Amino acid sequence: MPSLETSLYELGRLDRLGAQATLIHRIDPRIKVLVTFVYLVCIVSFGWHEILRLLPFTLYPVALASAADLPVGFLLKRLAQAAPFALLVGAFNPLLARTVVGYLGSLAVTSGMLSYASIILKFLLCTSAALVLISTTGMSGICGALRGMGVPDVFATQLTFLYRYMFLLAEEVLRFSRARRLRSFGTRGMGPKAYANILGHLLLRTVARARRIYGAMQCRGFIGTLMPAARLDRLRGPDVAYVFGWLTAFALFRVFDVVLILGGLVTGLGAGT
Amino acid sequence: MSHHIIELKDVGFSYPDGTHALSGISLRILHGESVAVIGANGAGKSTLLMHLNGLHTASEGSVRIGDAPVVKSTLEDIRKTVGTVFQDPDDQLFMPLVSDDVAFGPLNLGLPPAEVERRVDSALAEVDARGLKERFSHQLSGGEKRRVAIATVLAMLPSILVLDEPSSGLDPKARRRLIELLKGFEHTKIIATHDLDLAADVCERTIVLSHGSVAADRPTAEVFCDTGLLERCGLEPPLGMQGCPVCATGITGDKGGREDDPA
Repeated sequence: MPSLETSLYELGRLDRLGAQATLIHRIDPRIKVLVTFVYLVCIVSFGWHEILRLLPFTLYPVALASAADLPVGFLLKRLAQAAPFALLVGAFNPLLARTVVGYLGSLAVTSGMLSYASIILKFLLCTSAALVLISTTGMSGICGALRGMGVPDVFATQLTFLYRYMFLLAEEVLRFSRARRLRSFGTRGMGPKAYANILGHLLLRTVARARRIYGAMQCRGFIGTLMPAARLDRLRGPDVAYVFGWLTAFALFRVFDVVLILGGLVTGLGAGT
Repeated sequence: MSHHIIELKDVGFSYPDGTHALSGISLRILHGESVAVIGANGAGKSTLLMHLNGLHTASEGSVRIGDAPVVKSTLEDIRKTVGTVFQDPDDQLFMPLVSDDVAFGPLNLGLPPAEVERRVDSALAEVDARGLKERFSHQLSGGEKRRVAIATVLAMLPSILVLDEPSSGLDPKARRRLIELLKGFEHTKIIATHDLDLAADVCERTIVLSHGSVAADRPTAEVFCDTGLLERCGLEPPLGMQGCPVCATGITGDKGGREDDPA
């Protein structure tokens, strides 16, 4: 299962990207989480027909990826990997909602087509913002930020452990899969029965490992909640400027139709005409 | 705290499925001793270790650490005293970042942030892993994981170190580094291991377990020269001692040893 192996390495690459030291990486993780959260809320708050109003929001992931020196090709590849989900979610919209809402040249644009485009655009914006957040903060920084922001401990703890053990689980699946492949010939050993056995065995191993991990945690005084991080830095000037700058930009993008205003300025017509 | 820092009296233990893992274990381990616990697979080594930190509770008999019996009400203090390093470092390193993992125990002790930071730095320095502080656990090599796992326990300043198969899966260089590290610790050490050379190097006393009972509890060199005992317990002398002129007369089936014996 080389794709799983590749995905593991790529996750590791996200970690390495998160450990860089650019200006964006040095911004307090709590601030980055907060700004990303507001960004996501803004994106989903637009109606299905407001596609053009979403366009200014592309500034956020693009500017951050550029300032944080993130490899664009890598981010686009990750986006493309997640895209089938969004493509499938709205796939039937153009077929089901056929009310014509306008024309693009001679092409009749239906409400279904618009809503489908809206789903895809929102997906691209939200996913790229999340990718940029992980690549500039790292999962451990995000988990620490969530705890620092008062998110219920059960969520932050689950996320922390999920990220740690996702790698182990994937490695375990990889080992199982390799062992199965090495002893499978033709179609024998490849059917659903083999997969069901693997899944069952994986579950048993996971339970056994969970028991050992819990024992290790108990030995170090765990009583059900992770203690807050040892050090929670005070916010600095760049943190405040970052949050103020982006929130102002999001507010402007949300309240005003920036595309229409700019279009009006370029064509010499008033925004309202 | 009593001079007999660890004391087990007639300890017996059965798993819920009825498997009888330990029976009639009695032993005393003194402050500062380094003790190896050896035995074939399933002899009860790990089960015995889990009684020292209260993860298992004896079905029969009693376990005491210092003056305190290992019971539910004393577990917090016991776990401050007994630091356990598990066999698989991936079970021990459950936080994504090394620094968070080493800080986990001290934070749970309720220490102030500055002290936690100091302990993290000092524990990592002790295992020569200061450079790994900001690394992710899943990115470490086997040897690095092992050293960090030990640091997670050292950060709690335990007086007793319990290590389950500390050298398993390590390459020769990492294993040698671990041995030197363990030799440098002044803690009371209890090491369950199949690595008899490590036991010979680090521990002056060895307890041999067989089918859940103590088959021998003697100085390490004496145990490793008793080939009859080792054979009965499913073991063999450490590679480093095979062909040893002192033990050679007692090594059954070791032709080379006998031939090399000047006597």
